[in-house]
Amino acid sequence: MFSGKVFGALAGATVLALSASGAVAQPKEKVKVGFIYVGPVGDHGWSYQHDQGRQAIEKAFPGKVTTTFVESVPEADSERAIEQLARTGHDLIFTTSFGFMEPTLKVAKKYPNIKFEHATGFKRAPNLSTYAAKFHEGRYIIGQIAGKMTKSNTIGYVGAFPIPEVIAGINAFYLGAQSVNPNVKIKIVFANTWYDPAKEGDAAKALLDQGVDMLAQHTDSPAPIQAAEQRGKFGFGQASDMERFAPKAQLTAIVDNWSDYYVARTKAVLDGTWKSEDTWGGINAHMVVMSPYKNMPDDVKKLAQDTEAAIKSGQLNPFKCPIVGQDGKEIECKGQGALSDEQVLGMNFYVKGIEDKIPQ
Amino acid sequence: MTTFEAILLTIVTASTPLLIAALGELVTERSGVLNLGVEGMMAMGAACSFAAAVTFDSTLLGVAAGMMAGALMAALFALLVLGFAANQTGSGLALTILGLGLSGLIGAPFVGARRDPIAPVDIPGLSDIPVVGRLFFEQDLFVYASLALTILVAIYLVKTRSGLTLRSIGENHTSANALGLPVRQVRFWAILFGGACAGLAGAYLALVYTRFWSPGMTAGRGWIALALVVFAAWRPAWVLVGAYIFGAATVLQLHAQAAQFGVPSQVLSAVPYLATIIALLLLSIRHGRAIGAPGSLGVPFVPDR
Repeated sequence: MFSGKVFGALAGATVLALSASGAVAQPKEKVKVGFIYVGPVGDHGWSYQHDQGRQAIEKAFPGKVTTTFVESVPEADSERAIEQLARTGHDLIFTTSFGFMEPTLKVAKKYPNIKFEHATGFKRAPNLSTYAAKFHEGRYIIGQIAGKMTKSNTIGYVGAFPIPEVIAGINAFYLGAQSVNPNVKIKIVFANTWYDPAKEGDAAKALLDQGVDMLAQHTDSPAPIQAAEQRGKFGFGQASDMERFAPKAQLTAIVDNWSDYYVARTKAVLDGTWKSEDTWGGINAHMVVMSPYKNMPDDVKKLAQDTEAAIKSGQLNPFKCPIVGQDGKEIECKGQGALSDEQVLGMNFYVKGIEDKIPQ
Repeated sequence: MTTFEAILLTIVTASTPLLIAALGELVTERSGVLNLGVEGMMAMGAACSFAAAVTFDSTLLGVAAGMMAGALMAALFALLVLGFAANQTGSGLALTILGLGLSGLIGAPFVGARRDPIAPVDIPGLSDIPVVGRLFFEQDLFVYASLALTILVAIYLVKTRSGLTLRSIGENHTSANALGLPVRQVRFWAILFGGACAGLAGAYLALVYTRFWSPGMTAGRGWIALALVVFAAWRPAWVLVGAYIFGAATVLQLHAQAAQFGVPSQVLSAVPYLATIIALLLLSIRHGRAIGAPGSLGVPFVPDR
């Protein structure tokens, strides 16, 4: 599963990696970058988008960078795969799933001269950065579109698991819908899987059968939006642009764009300016990208574009205070005029107006 | 279409691939061979059927390719366990891993392609019957095929001489061999049939259920099919019942969530598996032993022993 072309540069890169040892970062002539993916590159979603980022690096620094990836790495067995990359002369290693956190930390401590980057985690070290994206910003926008477009006044959400990341997405989506349509109702189904196309499709059909006409999803395959297409309803793509699966149904997609970040971090290693950091970027940082708004009236499109611009400029925060919980009590505001990052990352409540309960 | 009808239709779609794969495995196991490679054969069936269907723009060719792929994988398994009397558990697991990997390779150029839905086949007159009409007489061909297959397998096993031969080989291959029955030949065809069924189930997943290919899309359905054979005590009619219980439990829990019944989704997701355990308990209480398992199941056969 290693991409073939890297082996030619292997010997040279190893020598460089050795010569670059020592605490002081120095500019490099050539950099070898490795990626660990949790799913197959062909999942159309999460891992696919990370691989787009890898390809962007290759394009950005022709002749200077070689990349390697290992796909479908089980989280339980990831330490071996990460260490394999560390031993084969990689200067920068991206591990792209939450479950890779502990193994990445362990390997990072063993190889202090190699830079590591872990997606969606919270444990850092002098040579280990973390990064994630504020997808809930995109979910607020699609919520507004759904709130405007719904005819049955019932919108639906296929979630993977009831974990904070997904809960925050549901709340942002619903808050967006509520901001333009105060009486809108939401129905939520958890598929209890990130990736099972058939089951995700069934979850979507269950929602559509029960009167939902706008479908958002937080699972990885295009099956839910495809179900919406088949029923003549509307939906939103997840992680990558899913228009080819639902040309009439996709209103927009929340696209994970890691390319800019990956290119910037690779450049930092080349320049010798890499530092351990925590990055949580949104629309502003171009980590969250909305695919073209389609299949909707012009006024809805304008609304979506305005909201996107407002979020980008920082005028609008989907979790701006006051946020009211299901019990009608206001949530304590720990950030500046909005919920703090910690509150969003650890979200375990539904906002007022959602009638469902979080499965405990 | 009422919500009730819609739910029933989804259940039929969810149950059909399980039924087809489990029927194939049932025949293989009744001949005394345990093939744990269903998941791998199903994945190959899904990849090859989708690849062929897109390349030739023909669902029919896709289905044929899916069944061929499943059967080819099964032939490889047969070579190992019949030709070399290899351990069946190990060979089956290897087949699953091989199938999942190889299907990813074959399907890679087809990631992102999509197929239009195939039209349901209407049986005039019968499909106008309220509820039941739409449910059973306005389905895709696969559904009819799976129901026909259930009946054919049941008749074959119980009513035909060839079926009797297959069952006796499964019960005791040493005696069957002493009687001059062609143990390895019968088992070879039984394994091939199981592979073709798993391939067909995979084709159904890729061409009807999801209508796209992506790696690992079988998502454990091969293993559920294996469990169904045990659940059904190796009887075709019970495989049918079991497949529909599994399909219904999966779909109903999603509807229960959408309707806000307030039952945790994790519990609902576990219902099909709890149902299997309870069914197994009830069966063994009634019969006092693990009934139905062929006597020679999983035992390697060497003719001169």
